[in-house]
Amino acid sequence: MSTTEVRPAHAGAEPVRRRRPELPSAVLGLGGLVVFAALLELLPRTGIVSADYFPPFSEMVRALVEAAGTDRFWAATAETVQAWGIGLGIALVAGIGLGLLIGSVELLRRFTASTIEFLRPVPSVALIPLAVLLLGLGLQSTLLLVVYASFWQILIQVVYGVQDVDPVARETARSYHLGRWARVRYLIWPTALPYVMTGVRLGAAVALILAVTAGLVGIGTGLGAEIALAQSSNAVPLVYGLVIFTGLLGVVVNLVARALERRTLAWHSSVRADVGG
Amino acid sequence: MTQPLLDVAGVQKTYTGSGRTVEAVRDLTFSVGDGELVCIVGPSGAGKTTLLKCIAGLLEPTAGTVTLAGARVDGPPEAMAVVFQEYGRSLYPWMTVEGNVELPLKQKKLDKARRRELVRDALEAVGLADVHSAYPWQLSGGMQQRVAIARAVAYEPKVLLMDEPFAAVDAQTRADLEDLIRSLWHKLGVTILFVTHDIDESVYLGQRVLVLSSSPTVIMEDLAIDLPDERTQLETRSSPRFAELRGHVYEQIQLAKHRKGDQHQRDEVTPARTAHGATVAAQHDS
Ligand SMILES: Nc1ncnc2c1ncn2[C@@H]1O[C@H](COP(=O)(O)OP(=O)(O)O)[C@@H](O)[C@H]1O
Ligand SMILES: [Mg+2]
Repeated sequence: MSTTEVRPAHAGAEPVRRRRPELPSAVLGLGGLVVFAALLELLPRTGIVSADYFPPFSEMVRALVEAAGTDRFWAATAETVQAWGIGLGIALVAGIGLGLLIGSVELLRRFTASTIEFLRPVPSVALIPLAVLLLGLGLQSTLLLVVYASFWQILIQVVYGVQDVDPVARETARSYHLGRWARVRYLIWPTALPYVMTGVRLGAAVALILAVTAGLVGIGTGLGAEIALAQSSNAVPLVYGLVIFTGLLGVVVNLVARALERRTLAWHSSVRADVGG
Repeated sequence: MTQPLLDVAGVQKTYTGSGRTVEAVRDLTFSVGDGELVCIVGPSGAGKTTLLKCIAGLLEPTAGTVTLAGARVDGPPEAMAVVFQEYGRSLYPWMTVEGNVELPLKQKKLDKARRRELVRDALEAVGLADVHSAYPWQLSGGMQQRVAIARAVAYEPKVLLMDEPFAAVDAQTRADLEDLIRSLWHKLGVTILFVTHDIDESVYLGQRVLVLSSSPTVIMEDLAIDLPDERTQLETRSSPRFAELRGHVYEQIQLAKHRKGDQHQRDEVTPARTAHGATVAAQHDS
C-alpha cells in the first residue's frame, strides 16, 4: 500500500487499551507531577527565573481559584466548551458519514485520496485569515477552524476502519443475504468502530486546541480570549492559571474519550486477547 | 438415488490476478440428491474451497454451471447456508451467540417470536442452549464452530455447505462434531455437502464420497459408502468395511498424485501402509 504513512493511530493505541493501568505507574506519575509543581514553585522563588513573567506555582493556582469565583470565568468556559462541542459534533457527523461512504466505494476512495492527502495536513490556524474573511469574527469562524481540524482526524480513521472488514466476515454477510443497510449496521460499522473511537479521541483533543486558539487570536470568545485579555492587562499569574485550566480541560476530554472507548469496545479488546487469529 | 437437488456441470475455475493465472478446478460434474449427505475429499490446494464457493454463489465459475432445484446459481441462493472453515472470523465478535444466530433471520423478515424460537431450537440442537448470551470469543474453538452450525441450521436451508469445518479443532471435539452433523442430518432431513481433507472423516460421515484429484482438479471417483446408517465412532471406525473403504479412497488419491508425476511409482503404494489415521495431506490449510 502506498499510503502506509497515514495508517491510523488506532493500532498504536492498542496496548494502552489492553493493559490495565498498574498502581506503581500511577503513583510514579503522580510523584512526577508533584515534583514538577515544586520545581515551578522553586524556580521563581529562588530567583533563577524572574517572578515578573514566571510567578511561583502557588500564585498561578491562587489566580485561577480567584477567577473561578467569578461568573465571567464560567461564562468563558461555557463558550469554549460550546464551540468545542458544536464543532466536534459537526466534524463527527460529517467525518463518519463521508468516511463510511468513501471507505465503502472503491472508486470514490481512489478519486478522493490525493485531495484528502493534500487538504489534511493544512494546519487549521493557517485558515484563520480565510475564516475571518469569509465569516467575520465570532462563533462561525471559530467553528470553521474547530471543524476543519477535527474533521480530518475522524474522516481518515473511518475510511481505514471501513476497509478493515474481514473477508470471511464479508462472505458470511453475503451468503446470508444481509442487505446494504444490515451490512453497514452489523458488519461495517462495528468493524470501523475502534477506528472511529480513535478518531473521536484525536479529534476531540485537536478541537479543544482550536477552540482556545480562536479566542486567543481574537476571532472568538471564551477561555482563549480571557487569556489574551489577562496578558494585555499584565495579569501574569492569571495567564498561567488559565493555561493550566485549559490543560485540565484537555485531560478531562481525553479521559472521557477513553472511558467511552473502553465502554463501546468491550468486545474488541477481548477478541484480540482471546481469539487472536 | 433420489431426485437431484444440486447439479454441478462442467465447473471450471481459473483465478486471474496480477500476471498470474491459477487453474484451481478443471472440470467438475456431479449431482447431489435431495436429502443426501455427500463428502468431498481432496488434498490441500485441490480447489475444494473454490468449488464450494462456486456452489454457494460466492464465486463465479469460469466455465460450467451450478443448478439448485432447477434454477441456475448466480449469487448466494436463499436455500443455502455455508459453514466456513474460519469460524473465528465468520462469527461477529461484537454480537452475542444469540445475536449471531439471529442476524440472518432478521433478513428473512421473520417476526420476533419465530426468530426466538428458531434461535433457541438451533442452539439446543447443537448443545449450546446455555451460552446464548455469551460472546463467541468467550467460547472454545469447538463451541464456536457449533455456534456457526447453529446459525446455519436456524436459517433453515435446503442445502448445507461445510468447508473443512473441523480442521482446526482437537480430535475429541472433532469426533463429537462429526456425530453432531450426522444427528442433525437425520433430524432435519437437510442436504449436506461436506468438504474435508481427512479421508477417515469423509468415509465416516458420508453416504457418498467424491474424491478429488490434486490440481488440475477433476473427480477421481464417486464412491457410495455402504456402511450402516447408525454410525458410532468406536464401532464404525474399527469395522473391516470402514478400513476397506478408507483404503480405497486413499489409493485413489495416491493414484491421482502419481498419475500427475511418475507413472511407475503408482503400484508401490498400498493402503495397508496408511492403516493409522490417513489424511490426504499432513497439514491442512488454515
Ligand atoms: N483468490 C484466489 N486467487 C488466486 N488463486 C487462488 C485464490 N483462491 C485460491 N487460489 C488457488 O487455487 C487453488 C485451490 O485453492 P482452494 O480452493 O483454496 O483449495 P483447497 O480448499 O482445496 O485447499 C490453490 O492453488 C490456491 O492457491
Ligand atoms: Mg480450503
